[in-house]
Amino acid sequence: MNFYKSLKNTFLILAAALILSACSTGKKADVSGDVYTGTDTVEYLATGVKDRVFFATNKSSLTSLSRETLRKQATYLRKNKNLNVVVEGHADERGTREYNLALGERRANAVKDYLMTYGISGKRISVISYGKEKPVNTESSPLAWSQNRRSVTVKVN
Amino acid sequence: MRKIALIILLKLFYISNAYGLIEVDITRGNLDPLPIAVSPLHVDIKSDKFEGLKVKSLGSDISSVIEKNFKSTGLFNPLKKDAFVQKPDIAHIKPRFEDWRLIKAQALVTGKILVKDSKLKVEFRLWDLTASKEMIALAFTTTPSNWRRVAHIISDKIYERLTGENGYFDTRIIYVSEEGPKDQRVKKLAIMDQDGANTKYLTLGNELVLTPRFNPTNQMVTYLSYFRNLPRVYLLDIETGSQEVVGNFPGMTFAPRFSPDGKKIIMSFAQDGNSDIYTMDLETRVVERITEHSAIDTSPSYSPDGKYICFNSDRSGLQQIYVMKSDGSNVKRITFGKGIYGTPVWSPRGDLIAFTKVRKGRFYIGVMRSDGTGERLLTENFYQEAPSWSPNGRVLVFYRETKSGPKGEGFTAKLWSIDITGYNERKISTETDASDPSWSSLLTK
Repeated sequence: MNFYKSLKNTFLILAAALILSACSTGKKADVSGDVYTGTDTVEYLATGVKDRVFFATNKSSLTSLSRETLRKQATYLRKNKNLNVVVEGHADERGTREYNLALGERRANAVKDYLMTYGISGKRISVISYGKEKPVNTESSPLAWSQNRRSVTVKVN
Repeated sequence: MRKIALIILLKLFYISNAYGLIEVDITRGNLDPLPIAVSPLHVDIKSDKFEGLKVKSLGSDISSVIEKNFKSTGLFNPLKKDAFVQKPDIAHIKPRFEDWRLIKAQALVTGKILVKDSKLKVEFRLWDLTASKEMIALAFTTTPSNWRRVAHIISDKIYERLTGENGYFDTRIIYVSEEGPKDQRVKKLAIMDQDGANTKYLTLGNELVLTPRFNPTNQMVTYLSYFRNLPRVYLLDIETGSQEVVGNFPGMTFAPRFSPDGKKIIMSFAQDGNSDIYTMDLETRVVERITEHSAIDTSPSYSPDGKYICFNSDRSGLQQIYVMKSDGSNVKRITFGKGIYGTPVWSPRGDLIAFTKVRKGRFYIGVMRSDGTGERLLTENFYQEAPSWSPNGRVLVFYRETKSGPKGEGFTAKLWSIDITGYNERKISTETDASDPSWSSLLTK
């Protein structure tokens, strides 16, 4: 039921993205309601398994696209039982430093919690927040900020 | 009846006499700064040489530091020396007041120094040129390498005499020095005199460091370090260089500050996606949880009497400022304006809270009363935050970042200061880029 619902959400977002990309030019289409949906900065844990998910400003909730990415990460982690990961939480440069540290921690834990609901032991997942300290895109622009509001799953061993 | 009349007469006399003295009004932005002449301090010809110092020019070096301090307040206008009408040694004994008045000076600083037996003897006088009288005369002795501090102490004494407020020149600022491209910044703890001189680096830049803050005696610093990639609050002894992690928390600790008595560190501890405020007693090591809420609670700062804590929380949905009793009871939200509010810091006088406000994509540094009323925004920019108070509660230092281009170019982070009147905004020069400033208390009390 839940799965069906999120599938429906995914479909809606994909549809929205398609409409946006159809009627606008440039990179605006890669941002949906403030959340980055493109792949420009994305790296892969394995073929088809994206390493990161993106967040709306000041938010730590997972979009259906993010949940899809994380389910693939969970599948990959289930297949590779000896692999441990660190989830890095990041914020954009548009907030105060201390709050951003807390926000990054909250985002990383949102990802950890989701991976755990898909059967990955919490012992295999550590979290670290970098706040706004490690931007992936150094430009001061809404697109860069959306790419920097992220959690990245990094292999430890 | 006659007695009362006499008292009133005396009072009138006293008041009118007081009016004859120069004074500087600091309650509003001073658009008419006081013209002051700082005569180079006379160097006694009997002075010895001193290793590493040009004793001959020490007198004018000290006066230059004093002038720079005065200029930075926006309250004084130090006059050009080429217009000076008397030699330093003669003026120091007794100035010809009418001559100094001719160059429009209202106050005059004179002094002399003697370096003898590895000691620096300094005396200085402050003269009221309008009332033709001496206002202060002081003398002290120190080691010659301390000459900059001598200049700052003299500046403080004069500032105090002319404004009626405590000075803030004999102080330091600790901050985070930043170098390198935006996505690979090397950050080090750095400490300097309030005027940017004597910069020293306290860490090597091997790990990310953030948010250093002084303890009340300026001997210790608490800060966040990513040592071994574990973000934790640390304690650093500036003199000995010894460092230790604060407490044994199973997760990130951050946003540290000392309690006003210096006995505790208050900070945030993040666990399972939730940040709450904790204290640790540095002597007993007892940890106390102060807030317990599913929202983010961070950036705690004590009131100067230690009875209250202001902090930042998003329990209403967005970042706002709250005040509570120091045991965590009686939590009250104090900001209700449009926009979000962060980084509250209680003024050393206790009356005001400084903060960062973000509204419509712009960043403001402001002050408000500790109940949230009387909000005044002092400065607006693309990005600025983290105000820290001068020890007399008159000036805020903060950092400002510039907008960067497609490859991160043009990015800078610099320290700035502004008067709580909203006037006199100034960039503070630092050797490198700089952020997260924290102002010490007066080094000599």
